[in-house]
Amino acid sequence: MTKTITDVICPFCGTLCDDIEVIVSDDGKKLLEVNNACVIGTEKFLHSQSSDRITRPRMHQEDGSWKEISYDEAVEYTAQMLAKARKPLLFGWSSTNCEAQSVGNEIAEMSRACCDNTAATCHGTSLIAIQDVGLPSCTLGEIKNRADRIIFWGCNPAHAHPRHMSRYSIFPRGFFTGKGQMSRKLIVVDPRVTDTAKMADMHLQVEQGKDYELLDALRVAFKGEWLPDVVAGIPGEKIREAADVMKSGRFGIIFFGMGVTQTLGKNHNIDAAIAVTKDLNEYTKFSIMPMRGHYNVTGSGEVFAWQFGFPYAVDLTRGFARYNPGDTSTIDLLTRGEIDAMLTIGSDPGAHFPISAVKPIAKMPSVCIDPHLTPTSGVSKLHVPVAFNGVETGGNCYRMDNVPIDCRKVVEPPEGMLTDEEFLIKVRDRLKQLKEAA
Amino acid sequence: MSEYIIKNGHVFDPVQGIKGDKKDISIKDGKIVDKVSSSAKVIDAKDKTVMAGAVEIHAHIAGPKVNLGRIYRPEDKLFSCTPTHGMERMGGGASIPTTFKTGYEYAKMGYTTAMEAAMPPLFSRHVHEEIRDTPIIDEGAFPVFGNNWFVMEYLKNHEIENTAAYCAWLLRATKGYAIKIVNPGGTEAWGWGLNCLSIHDPVPYFDITPAEIIKGLIEANEYLGLPHSMHIHPNNLGNPGCYETTLDTLKLAEGFKTKNKFGREQVMHLTHTQFHSYKGTNWGDFESGAKEVTDYVNKNKNITIDTGNVTLDETTTMTADGPFEHHLCGLNHLKWANVDVELETAAGVVPYIYSPNISVCAIQWAIGLEIPLMMKDPMRCYITTDHPNAGPFTRYPRVIKWLMSKKARDAQVNAFKHKDKVLSQTSIGSLDREISLYELAQMTRAGPAKSLGLSAMCGGLKPGMDADVAVYNFNPDKPVANPDDIETAFSRCAAVFKSGIQVVSNGEIVSTGNKRTLWVDVHVKDNPQVMRDINEKFVKFYSMTQNNYEALGHHFVPNPYALEVDATQA
Repeated sequence: MTKTITDVICPFCGTLCDDIEVIVSDDGKKLLEVNNACVIGTEKFLHSQSSDRITRPRMHQEDGSWKEISYDEAVEYTAQMLAKARKPLLFGWSSTNCEAQSVGNEIAEMSRACCDNTAATCHGTSLIAIQDVGLPSCTLGEIKNRADRIIFWGCNPAHAHPRHMSRYSIFPRGFFTGKGQMSRKLIVVDPRVTDTAKMADMHLQVEQGKDYELLDALRVAFKGEWLPDVVAGIPGEKIREAADVMKSGRFGIIFFGMGVTQTLGKNHNIDAAIAVTKDLNEYTKFSIMPMRGHYNVTGSGEVFAWQFGFPYAVDLTRGFARYNPGDTSTIDLLTRGEIDAMLTIGSDPGAHFPISAVKPIAKMPSVCIDPHLTPTSGVSKLHVPVAFNGVETGGNCYRMDNVPIDCRKVVEPPEGMLTDEEFLIKVRDRLKQLKEAA
Repeated sequence: MSEYIIKNGHVFDPVQGIKGDKKDISIKDGKIVDKVSSSAKVIDAKDKTVMAGAVEIHAHIAGPKVNLGRIYRPEDKLFSCTPTHGMERMGGGASIPTTFKTGYEYAKMGYTTAMEAAMPPLFSRHVHEEIRDTPIIDEGAFPVFGNNWFVMEYLKNHEIENTAAYCAWLLRATKGYAIKIVNPGGTEAWGWGLNCLSIHDPVPYFDITPAEIIKGLIEANEYLGLPHSMHIHPNNLGNPGCYETTLDTLKLAEGFKTKNKFGREQVMHLTHTQFHSYKGTNWGDFESGAKEVTDYVNKNKNITIDTGNVTLDETTTMTADGPFEHHLCGLNHLKWANVDVELETAAGVVPYIYSPNISVCAIQWAIGLEIPLMMKDPMRCYITTDHPNAGPFTRYPRVIKWLMSKKARDAQVNAFKHKDKVLSQTSIGSLDREISLYELAQMTRAGPAKSLGLSAMCGGLKPGMDADVAVYNFNPDKPVANPDDIETAFSRCAAVFKSGIQVVSNGEIVSTGNKRTLWVDVHVKDNPQVMRDINEKFVKFYSMTQNNYEALGHHFVPNPYALEVDATQA
C-alpha cells in the first residue's frame, strides 16, 4: 500500500507551487512518485531518494580526501570557527526555511557576522531600485483573476519557472479573465528568441544591454512624444505599438528577471521599469514583480528585514545592523579579503560567484550546509549534509509575491540526519557556551 | 511564580475608580491579588504613578506592509540602531522598528498589550511570524474584511448568517482578533485603479455600496457577539471635506445595539479619527472638523474612537487603503509601494514628513489633539498615532505631554511657521482642558481594554485581573515644573509587570516575559453553503490551496490565548 499526500509545496523555485501530490511508501520512508510538479520540481523531490546520498558530515583533509565525522564534531568545528573569527560571513539562506533563517540570525548576532542571501547575485539590484523608487505590486492571484497584459522582461519562465505561466500568468481562467490565455496579451522583452518569447503576441528583441533605453523610450511613447526611428534595436513604431498595448489593458504586470537586474545598468534598469509601471497607473492599473529564483530567497529577505531592518547584505560586525551594498555585500567582502570564516547554507556560491570570490572560501575555515554535493561543498573545509527542506522537513517559505506558505514534510530523512534548523540550534547553543566562557 | 508588592504608589485605576490614592498593588501567580505573603518582593513606588499596563488598540507593527516599509526604507535605520544590550537583541528603525525593538519600546513605556490593526488574511502566517518575534507584549491582529469577495457577495443579498459564518471561519484560519474594515469597497475598486469616495459609491462589478458593507459587518459582528466591535477606517480618508463621509459612516451605526458577553458597549470603533475630521474644500482652506465629529460621537454612546495624533515626525505611512497611498504619492512624490491581495484587500506604503513648517501638517497636529480634548467621555476615546501613519508609537509620551499641558501645546503652536493659520482653522488655541492622570488611564488602559472586550483581563488593577502593571517616575502630588518632565516620565517606566513577570526595571528590559497571541475562536452552526463557497473560491480563484491557507502550529502561534465565543445559538 502507498499513501498519497496532497497540497505539498515544491521547494524549488520562487513560484512555490503548493498543489503537488506525492506518493510515498506505507512506512513513510520512501518517496515513490511526484504528480503535478514540473520536471525540475519532480527531480528535486526524487533526488532526495538517491542511493549515493551523503548522510554524515565530512571534513576535508590535507591530502584532499574527505573524512566522515559525527554531527557533534561538525557542530564543534562550526561553533569554534565562528567564535574565533573576527569577521565571519553567513551566506545563503535561500533554500532553507524561515525557522532556520531565524536561528541563523541569532548565530549571526552572537558572532557579529556579515549575513547575506542569494539576492547578492540576482535581485539585490531590484531591492536597491525598490529602495530608490518604491514598488507597485500585487499577489499572483491578482494576475490570475484580473490581468490582461503580461510582460516578461529579461526572464524566461518557460524554463526557469515552468509552472508560472499555467498557474498564474498566461493560461489560468480567473474571475475577470474567464477566457484564460485568450483574454491576455503577452509581451516578451528579450535579446534571445526564448521559448517564452515564442509564445508572445509581441517579442521586443532588445539589443543586449539596452534595456534602460527601451524602458525610457516606452515612457516617452506613453506621453506621445517624439522618438528616434530606432531605440535599443527596436523600431520606434513597434515601441509605440507596445506602449498602446500596455496602456489599453485593464490590469497589467511586468515580470522581470536577471536579464535586466544583472546586465548593464543593473538597479538603474529596475528604477526605469518601476517608473514605467508608475506611469502606467496614470492610465490603467499596472504592477511589477521580480521573478525570484530560489523558493525562499524572498523569505530570507523578509526575516532579515523584520529582525535587522534590511533585506540583504547585512553587516552586524559593529554590534548593530548596517547595510551598504558594495561595502557589506558578499562578493565585495570576499574579493576584498575581509572575511576570515564562511558558513554557507542553502545556496551554491561556488557555482555562481566570480572565481575571485570563490578562491578565498577555499583558503579560510569554512562550512557548507547542503544536502547536495556542490562546488561550494567541494571547496569548503567542512560539508554538513542535512535533510531536504520541503521534503524531509517542513517550515515556512515565501513565494515571489511575498505570500508565505508553510512547507510540508513528506518522507523521513535518512536515519540520524539533522535538519538545517536542528543543526543550527546545536551550533547556536555551543556558540553561546563558548562566548560565555570567553 | 514569584510574588510582588508595589508599595505606596499613587494608583490610577478607572476600573475600580481609584484616583491617585496611595495603595499597594499585590501580584501573585500572574494575577493581581488582595494580598501576598511577607516573602513577596517589594517594589517601592513612593512618589510614583501606578497604572495598569497600557493597551494599544490600533497600530501597524507586524506583517507584510510593515516589513515592506522596513525593506524599502533603509534610511529609516539611520541614527536609530540599537546594539545588542543585556537581554535585548539588536534593533533598528525609527518609524518602523524591527520586531524586537517594537516589543522593547512598548514595554519600556508601560504597554503590555497591542493590536496589529490590519492583517491581510492571505498573509496571516507572515503577520504571526512577526508577532512571534515581537517580545513581551500580548498581541492580536485584525483581519480586513471590508473588500473581501465573500463578504461583498453575501452582503449584496444581505445574508448576515453566511457573512458571520465566513467571518468565524476566517478568524480561525488566520488566528485573527476582530473584524476590520478599511475603505470599504474602495480598495476592491483599486483593483481597477478606481476608488469609492462616499458610502454610496457602488463597488465596480460587485454591485454593492460601502454603506451596505459597513452595516452588514456590524450586523455580522453582533450576530456572532465578538469581543471587539466592527473596527473601521472609513472611505475618503485624508481629503479636505472628508468629515462628511465620516459622519455618514457613523450614522450607519444608529439603531444597532451590542450583544456580547465581554462587557463591550459599542458597535462601531472609528479609528484614527484625526484623518477623518477635515473640513474645507482644498489644501488652502483646509480646516478642522473635529467639533462636528466629536459632537456626534459624544451624543451616540454606541461608538468608540481613537485619535491618530500627528507627532510632527518623518514617518512611513501604510494602510490597506491602496488608492489613498497612490493619491498621497501624487502629493509628496516620495516612493510608492503597493500590494494588491487577491480576493481580499490591498495595501500601500509611502514615506511622509509631517513638517511643522507646512500649514496642513500643523493643522493635522491640532486636530489630533482637539479630538481627545473635545471628547466628554475618556472611556470612549483612546490615544493612538495610528503608528506609523501619523507618527511612531514611541511618541506617545510626547502626545501625553501635549494632552496634559496647555503650556506644552501653546509652546508648539508658537513654534509653527503658520501659527496664525493653525489658530484660525482649528480651535486648539481656545481649548484649556488638560487631561488628568485618571483620564489618561481611561484613554490608554480601561477604555481600550473595554472596547476590545478584554476588560475582565487587562486595563485595570482589580484583584483577579492579569498582573499587567506600569510604574512611572511621576509624582502627581507635585506641580509640573516643566511639561517635558511629563514626556520623560512616560518614556521610560520605573517598573513594568506583564502577567506577573517583571519585564522592565529602571527603563531596562529585565525579562522577555511570556508573550501571548490573542485570537478569537468563534463557534457557529455548521454552514455547508459557506464551506462549499470557500472551497470553490480556493479551487477557482486563489493562488494557493485551501489546505495551506491556515496559520497553524507552533511556528506561527507558539503561545496562543483564544477568547472563546459560542455563536451556535445565535
